[in-house]
Order: sequence, then structure tokens, then C-alpha cells
Amino acid sequence: MSPVQFASRVPLSDYASVIGDAEIEELRTLAKPLAGRTVEMVNSTAVGGGVAEMLNRLVPLAEELGLNIRWEVMTGGEDFFEVTKAFHNALHGEPYHADARHFDVFRSYNGLNLKRIPLDAEFVVIHDPQPAGLIQARKNGKSRWIWRCHIDLSHPNRAVWDFLEGYVSKYEGAIFSSPQFARQLDIPQYLIHPAIDPLSEKNQELEPEFVMEVLARYSIDPLRPILTQISRFDRLKDPVGVVRAYQIVRRYFDCQLVLAGGSASDDPEGAEVLREVKGVAEGDPDIKILELPAWAPLEVNALQRASTIVIQKSLREGFGLTVSEALWKKKPVVASAVGGIPTQVIHKHTGMLAHSVEGTAYQIRFLLSHPEIATRLGEQGHQHVKENFLITNNLKRYLTLFLTLNRETKDRQSYRLR
Amino acid sequence: MEEQKRGVTLEIAETPFEFFTVAHLTRISNLSAGTLAELLSGLEQCSDASIFHHTFQTLSSHHFLTEGFSNDFAQWVLADANRDALAEQLAALDIRDYTSIAALRDDLCHAVREYTGQYPEFAHQQALERFYFCESVEVTLPFGLNARTLDEFLSGVKRLSHAAFYFHFISSRLRLHLGTNDFSHWLANSLGLKHLAENINRIDIYTNTLDSARAKLLRLVERERRKHEPSTIREPSAAV
Repeated sequence: MSPVQFASRVPLSDYASVIGDAEIEELRTLAKPLAGRTVEMVNSTAVGGGVAEMLNRLVPLAEELGLNIRWEVMTGGEDFFEVTKAFHNALHGEPYHADARHFDVFRSYNGLNLKRIPLDAEFVVIHDPQPAGLIQARKNGKSRWIWRCHIDLSHPNRAVWDFLEGYVSKYEGAIFSSPQFARQLDIPQYLIHPAIDPLSEKNQELEPEFVMEVLARYSIDPLRPILTQISRFDRLKDPVGVVRAYQIVRRYFDCQLVLAGGSASDDPEGAEVLREVKGVAEGDPDIKILELPAWAPLEVNALQRASTIVIQKSLREGFGLTVSEALWKKKPVVASAVGGIPTQVIHKHTGMLAHSVEGTAYQIRFLLSHPEIATRLGEQGHQHVKENFLITNNLKRYLTLFLTLNRETKDRQSYRLR
Repeated sequence: MEEQKRGVTLEIAETPFEFFTVAHLTRISNLSAGTLAELLSGLEQCSDASIFHHTFQTLSSHHFLTEGFSNDFAQWVLADANRDALAEQLAALDIRDYTSIAALRDDLCHAVREYTGQYPEFAHQQALERFYFCESVEVTLPFGLNARTLDEFLSGVKRLSHAAFYFHFISSRLRLHLGTNDFSHWLANSLGLKHLAENINRIDIYTNTLDSARAKLLRLVERERRKHEPSTIREPSAAV
């Protein structure tokens, strides 16, 4: 029984309608040799954020397959989470001035959690930098420890990475979301893409009436092309660039632009970006800037489904799962070739990549002029997500990882016996 | 086992066909390339598991792309290095022609070496994004299903996942070291159905998705079954 309680459990068989019986049967076959084996997932939050969202689905599914899996959440004071947020930004390459007290806070809370969390499973998966220090609980030969990094480590702050690497190098492997996010490490590095849940409120099928109702609520005309970007009001998502691209497209097509993101009221930088966006959009009633409530998955789903083209014009990006969400809904996507986006958008196959405002505008115009190509990209994008970016694929990768580690353990044991 | 004859009830194979389940884990290697020269060096140095990953394995995970997608090397040369002619040459390599990774590696290297020799000005031109060499770690498990007859074979193939179907139909060439696949090999050698085996081996995986390739295979097997039912009017064999 996992210490984290799950709000809802979706049985594996429900996914058969999405991926087919054969794929479900395959998961059961892969899980069979792992029945009863203990697995522990550890992260730093039970709610909010992509990692918690993913574990909320993954852990119950693995449990249903017979794994003895539990999910532990580390605890920490405000000072700890301030430090780890600073570390997070620094690992993303943002400026950071190394402070020895920060490293002490990190060590101290990891130490406290070492006493609190029973880290005795055969496979221990530690998610992200916050609990990385728990590796000190590893006893040689007893269990297999893997560090799952969900962030982009391609240009980290040297001081923070050097500190963290001391822990990471003690793991038996690290998992990254994309090859370009990885570091040159001496331990094996594995690739597991993040994933979306096709049965979640954000991705499930919707009644057309509900989609129309959402459009009416925000005064969006369903009869004219709708271009949409769903993202925070963050400079790195370049909402101003999206408006500029739309303004170019607008010379050729009578279309609308929807920019929808969470409320920026408690985020000073977000509020400033929102002001800038409203400034460049001023006077155009066809630009809808929507500040959605913090958790509005059905509205996001409806807006994506109603869109003619979905845009993700980020200047920098993590994996960018909103792209997979749009592709899953068979939407043609025009996106920047940054972060994990090119893994999802294979140029001219599952969407269009662009490198500038002008390029983004050009690709949108091209797709509006060639709806048959847009439809084909949307169909292929859907297949791409189905093959590679669904929660069931994620589950399969973890099962394969545990089977691989298991095989290595057996090989090591048989070597010792020789 | 007796050779099969038309109009005779199908025999039971002595050696059953054993269905497997397969899963791949991707390992990120420490090799990457930002230019064609670096790609060539990477192709020369990388592991066999890496060549397999970017050719055999990638075709499986992108099987739904039936126009213009062949392997990761060709896609990178096209989309990031912007060298269409070389991309075409790399994409034209058909993995079904290879029964060893060494031979495939030689041809990939040859294509890049020839091109950079002919156009040295492009050899060191920086690509938009780097190419990251990865490797496939394969895990296979018995599916718990065997076939001794054509009927059992048919029902087994229907139950296979995409990955398992691909494992038996495409990557098997590397295991068998033959220009054929597990299905055709068993049908020809254990049931004596050489013509059916050949027709199945002709199914083009580059212009079919895994679903449509499987549907074609199943149709061919169904047709073969009907041929062996005495009361059924025989149909002419259809081209795949």
C-alpha cells in the first residue's frame, strides 16, 4: 500500500479502448516476472506539477500489474523548497550565486528524510534533484537505485551541478526525458519520455456541445480558423511572438488567436508579460487572452479540440507536453524547434517546426492553405503520441528498465558464483 | 513433417512457432554529432546497439509514417543538416536487405564518406540541432503462446503487440542471418508453405504501417487456409 493516497484509480483495461488489447496483454506479460517485486518512487510533492500527475497514474497501474510499488513524498520546510527552487532554476542555466548555507539546507533535509522514509525496496527511483541525497541509504548489492531527472541539464550552473553530481554519480543509472537534456556521466543514462494520460480530463474525448459551450463562454467564433497557444504567461513561451506571427497571418486569413494560460495574478513576472501581450494585442477583438483558473483541464481540452492550429512558439522549453496534448487531439501543430519539441514534432511528418516569428507565420499560412496536409499531420501526430508519449508507454519503459536491471543483477550474481 | 499439397488438410508442424513479447529501453550514449564529419565519426565508433536503434528500432516506433521516413540518420541529415541529397541516399537503405549490423554500418558510413568527400565544404557545416546517438536494450520474453497449425498461427499473430509483430517480422533478419523473417521461415520450413512464406516476405514495411502490414499478412494466411478447404473455390494468388 502506497503512503500517497490516490484520488482515483483507472483500471488498466480502460486503456484497451485507446491502445488495443494486444498492447495491454504485452504489459501484463512484461510485468509477470516482476510480480511481487518491491519498487519505491520518491519525489517532493504529492499534488501539482507534472511529476505528481504522472505518478498518480503510473503507480496504481504498476500496482494493478502485480508490482509491490509504493510512492513516498519527501518533506521539507519552506527554506528547503526555496533552496531547491533556486537549484532548479540554476540547473536550467539561470544565474545563481553559490551559497554554502543552501547546500547545508539541502543536506540537512535529505538527512531528515533518510530517517523517515523506509528506502528498502529492490528498485528505488528518485525523482528530480530535491531527494537526490537519499542515495546515501543505498546498501551495496541490496537494491538498484535510479535517478529520474525531469529537467533539462544541458546548460546547468556549474556550482549546483558539481554539488548534485556528487550524489548522482552514486546511482546505478539516470533517466532523462530527452537525449539533449542529459550530461556526460559515467553511469548508464536511459531515455524515458514524459507522457500524457489519454483518459485524464485534459485529454479525454469531449461532447461537441461542451466544446461549443466553452467557445461561446469566451466569445470565440467557431466558424473562423482558431489559432491557439496554451501556456503560462512567461517570456520563454514568447506570447508576444505568437501575437506578431498571428498579425502576419491575419493579412492573409480572417482568423482568431487564443492565448490561454493560468492566472498571472500571483506571479509578478507573469503579470508583466500579460501586460505586454495585452499591449501588442490592443484593438484586435479577434485576439482572446484568457486567464484560466489554476486547474481547468476540461476548458484547456475544449480549447485545444476547437483549434484549427495549435502553436507552441517557445524560446526555451522542457519537454513541452502541451504539444503531445494537441497532437493527441489530431491537431496540426506549429512549434519552435527547442527542448523536447522536435522529438514530438517531426518536421513535415507530425507537425511543422519554425525558428522565428516569420517562420511560424509562414507555416501557419501554409497549413491554412493546405487543410489536407494539416489533417494528415494531425493524424500522424496522433499516431506518434499513441506509440511514444502515452502513460502506458511510460509504464512499459519502467517495466523494461526493471527487467533490464533484474537481468544485470542475475548476471552479476552468476558471475560471482563462477 | 510431410510436404503440404493443395487440397489436402493442413498438417501439424513438428516444431511449433513460439511467439515472443519484446520491449526496448533506450540508452543515451555519450556520442553526439553537430556536423556531417562528426556524424561519420559517430557512425564508425558507435555500438551495434546504436546502429540498430536508429535504423531498425526507429522504423518500428515510427511505423505510421509511410512516406519519406526511413531512419534517424536520414531524418537528421534532412531536417537539421539540410542536405537533401545525402538524406535521400541514407533513406534509400532498406533494412530488409541487411542480415548483419556490420553491413548496414558499412553502407551508412560509405554514403556519408562519399558525400563529404564530394562536397568537403559541407562536412564541417554546423547543423541546426545535434544528433544524439542512443542504443536499444532489448528484453524478450516468451508470450506463452505456440502455434503448430495455420489456425493457431493466425490467432497468435492477431494477438501480437506492434513491438512483438515487428520483432518477428523485421528484426528477426538479424537473428536468422537470412533475408527472411520468423513467420516466413517457420511457414516454409515447418509447414512447407513456401509460396505463402515468399508472399509474406514481400510485404513492404516502408509503405505500410504495422497494422496494415499485419492485415496483409493475415489476408494471405486466410487465403492459404481457404485453399486447403476442399469445398472452397480457389482464388488466384494476389500480389502483395
